[in-house]
Amino acid sequence: MRTTKKMAVGAAAAALGVSTLAACGGGSEDSTSSDGTKSKTVTLVAHDSFAASDSVLKEFTEQTGYTVKVLKSGEAGEALNKEILTKGSPQGDVFFGVDNTLLSRALDNGLFTPYEAKGLGQVRADVRLDDAGHRVTPVDTGDICVNYDKAYFTDKKLAPPESFADLTKPAYKDLLVVENAEQSSPGLGFLLGTVAAYGDDGWQDYWKKLKANGVEVVDSWEQAYNEEFSGSAGGKKAKAERPLVVSYASSPPVEVLYAEPQPKEAPTGVATGTCFRQIEFAGLLQGAKNEAGGKALLDFLVSKTFQEDMPLNMFVNPVVDGAKLPALFTDHGAVVDKPQTVAPEKIAKNRDEWIQSWSSLVVK
Amino acid sequence: MAVPVAFFGVFFAYPVAAIVGRGLKADGSWRWGRFGDVLSRPDIGQVLWFTTWQAAVSTALTLLIALPGAYVFARFEFPGKQLLRAVVTVPFVLPTVVVGTAFLALLGRGGLLDELWGIRADTTVWAILAAHVFFNYAVVVRTVGGLWAQLDPRQEEAARVLGAGRLAAWWRVTLPALGPAVAAAALMVFLFTFTSFGIVQILGGPAYSTLEVEIYRQTARLLDLPTAAVLTMVQFAAVGAILALHAWTVRRRETALKLVDPAQTVRRPRGVGQWALLAGVLGTVLLLILLPLGVLIERSLDGPAGYGFDYYRALRSVEASGGTFLVPPLEAVWYSLRYALVATVIALVVGGLAAAALTRRAGRFVRGFDALLMLPLGVSAVTVGFGFLITLDKPPLDLRASWILVPLAQALVGVPFVVRTMLPVLRAVDGRLREAAAVLGASPLRVWREVDLPMVRRAVLVAAGFAFAVSLGEFGATVFIARPDRPTLPVAVARLLGRPGDLNYGQAMALSTVLMVVCAVSLLVLERIRTDRSGEF
Repeated sequence: MRTTKKMAVGAAAAALGVSTLAACGGGSEDSTSSDGTKSKTVTLVAHDSFAASDSVLKEFTEQTGYTVKVLKSGEAGEALNKEILTKGSPQGDVFFGVDNTLLSRALDNGLFTPYEAKGLGQVRADVRLDDAGHRVTPVDTGDICVNYDKAYFTDKKLAPPESFADLTKPAYKDLLVVENAEQSSPGLGFLLGTVAAYGDDGWQDYWKKLKANGVEVVDSWEQAYNEEFSGSAGGKKAKAERPLVVSYASSPPVEVLYAEPQPKEAPTGVATGTCFRQIEFAGLLQGAKNEAGGKALLDFLVSKTFQEDMPLNMFVNPVVDGAKLPALFTDHGAVVDKPQTVAPEKIAKNRDEWIQSWSSLVVK
Repeated sequence: MAVPVAFFGVFFAYPVAAIVGRGLKADGSWRWGRFGDVLSRPDIGQVLWFTTWQAAVSTALTLLIALPGAYVFARFEFPGKQLLRAVVTVPFVLPTVVVGTAFLALLGRGGLLDELWGIRADTTVWAILAAHVFFNYAVVVRTVGGLWAQLDPRQEEAARVLGAGRLAAWWRVTLPALGPAVAAAALMVFLFTFTSFGIVQILGGPAYSTLEVEIYRQTARLLDLPTAAVLTMVQFAAVGAILALHAWTVRRRETALKLVDPAQTVRRPRGVGQWALLAGVLGTVLLLILLPLGVLIERSLDGPAGYGFDYYRALRSVEASGGTFLVPPLEAVWYSLRYALVATVIALVVGGLAAAALTRRAGRFVRGFDALLMLPLGVSAVTVGFGFLITLDKPPLDLRASWILVPLAQALVGVPFVVRTMLPVLRAVDGRLREAAAVLGASPLRVWREVDLPMVRRAVLVAAGFAFAVSLGEFGATVFIARPDRPTLPVAVARLLGRPGDLNYGQAMALSTVLMVVCAVSLLVLERIRTDRSGEF
């Protein structure tokens, strides 16, 4: 009985907001470790698709003395919203993965502490969307396009689709899988691509046709590409059935990279008429525990070392002048001459409404 | 009385009110017009319709499938009955995430039916309904069966002697006696399915969402707080109505029924019909409850290199989760257990004090308080979790980065169970014993210790077990407040399910199995110490 009483006292204390609990041996486990290693760790909060080579992260540690902890926080949209909801008491120091489609949401909510990264001068001018405020630093660009499984179309003696309009043709019925525009940045990018192509009053009709043509919507890029798309290595393993997926112009080289043995030609191709240009940013979170480390990490994200490591890890293009693309990219990557774009202000004004309409139209 | 009221004020009313205020207030004035705007939207209308419709159908199906079970448990004696009773109850204490995962293993991609016949039924209504029936089977069997076992069979026999047919006798005598219990069970099932979150989140796919899932979606994905606030209020109103109805039926249930000891009414099944009924019930339990759980265990062992513990081993490393977690997923077990333990203590203290207050006093005010304690069962857990995030972030209550947030949220859900379990027992303690002790010079505390405690000790243990299991499985609120560096088991499972690839899938199955075993063990311990078998659950 003695223990019950002790526990009761402890719980009463806890209920009163005292966060020490002698009775349960839990103890307070604040993220501050007592041996002072905290300041030597910098935490990068990112969406689920973030990836970097270990060797490169080690190099950062050698250069600066900070160890990077990567925290994957969900799909791009949800990861960003989580940070906005807990603004001021963030889960990490730097956030990576807010793109031009969601940028205004982050900026309007004052998510980031301004910081001008060293080496920003080397970054291409056309992607520096916040040069006035320096709240975010551009890290990569990618063209979001429909990818196709070459083998499928060769077998069926069918020409792969090339444009948005092709996707609604009966020949391609039930073949396309796209990501949910509510959560996934490629999903939202593809939606904006259709808005740019068909205009404010035409895109909904286009999606109606797409829906009638059996488009499948899944929640994340990872699921769409690695589980539903028959052209990817993961999809082959999962016996996926859809030969068309919304992914990146730089996805085919990666398929070559991971195939054993490496084929002469990429197993997948890109429908270059279906592309939307995406720019991804990183920023120092408001209230970061390790600001100095966060700043060092932002500098590192636009350094040549990281920029040249990125393409084969995240299938994106560097933004720094003089960062070399791997040969694999130049050999197998698709060059997109005219990606669709939507002006940032227009995105800021209409995005939420577009997502809402899209959702009611396609998903519900 | 003061402690529970303060607890609910700070950790329930205040966060929920703050969220609602944030969504409905603009420039310092209330915008009630938002109700009309939101509720007239076709997509929201669809969500409301689907929520109600699936809850009604789930309830009907559960009654249809579980009532024969209730009868068999109440009236028949057969070998293995105790074990089967425990098995049937396991689903109810299982976290919804585990239920979702189990049905995914059965119906989803690469699931059992997919392998056998190429059938995929996840992202369909059927998967949701099946999971709901699975989950609530025990509610009906326990609530209705408990009463049925105590009904005097001689009443029905008397009717038969007076010339009523078998069916007429059942219809006229037994059913009216059971009516309130059936209604109460049905309302409980309706409440649980109406506010379903984890199951719909995992099995529903993008097309189906209940109110609770929609609140999550509007908050976490669309950052549309006004809509989320309106939906919270709607759910609040609906739950309030359901609970009021439930309280009313429970009061009706206490009408004078002639109850007898269950031991007098059970007997071995006789004749083909009764044996067939028993076989049918056993078959149902096998198909509906054991099969999904069995498949879940099977999938968790079906590793890349044949059967083995590969996925369980993968749970020990951070690398295997690919940066989804900062700690090995297996650590979530310890976090979860620790959280649940603290939550249980909080729930016992708050719930125990509340139950004590409710026994001492009577009257309208207390009844209202009683209903208030039930509210967390049905108020959007998502809203509570989210409310915690935005309210408990300023001194003196700056708990946002503190681990205590999670057990606090879990305790909110545990309290109703504690109150429900303790109240009948406390009310049964004879007040004169207390008075006698007081006259003999015992202090109030000592009276409680020497008189009440020995009598309610078992009830406390049962309540603790329920609170523990419920805390362990809480998902809606914790999904918001559990940090990735300190995940709870259900949150970890949901995260793993959201990632592609065999390894993540396998790990989700393995972690679910771990969670299921922990819950099942705590339930079996409960079964051993259970005293009266006519509990509410």
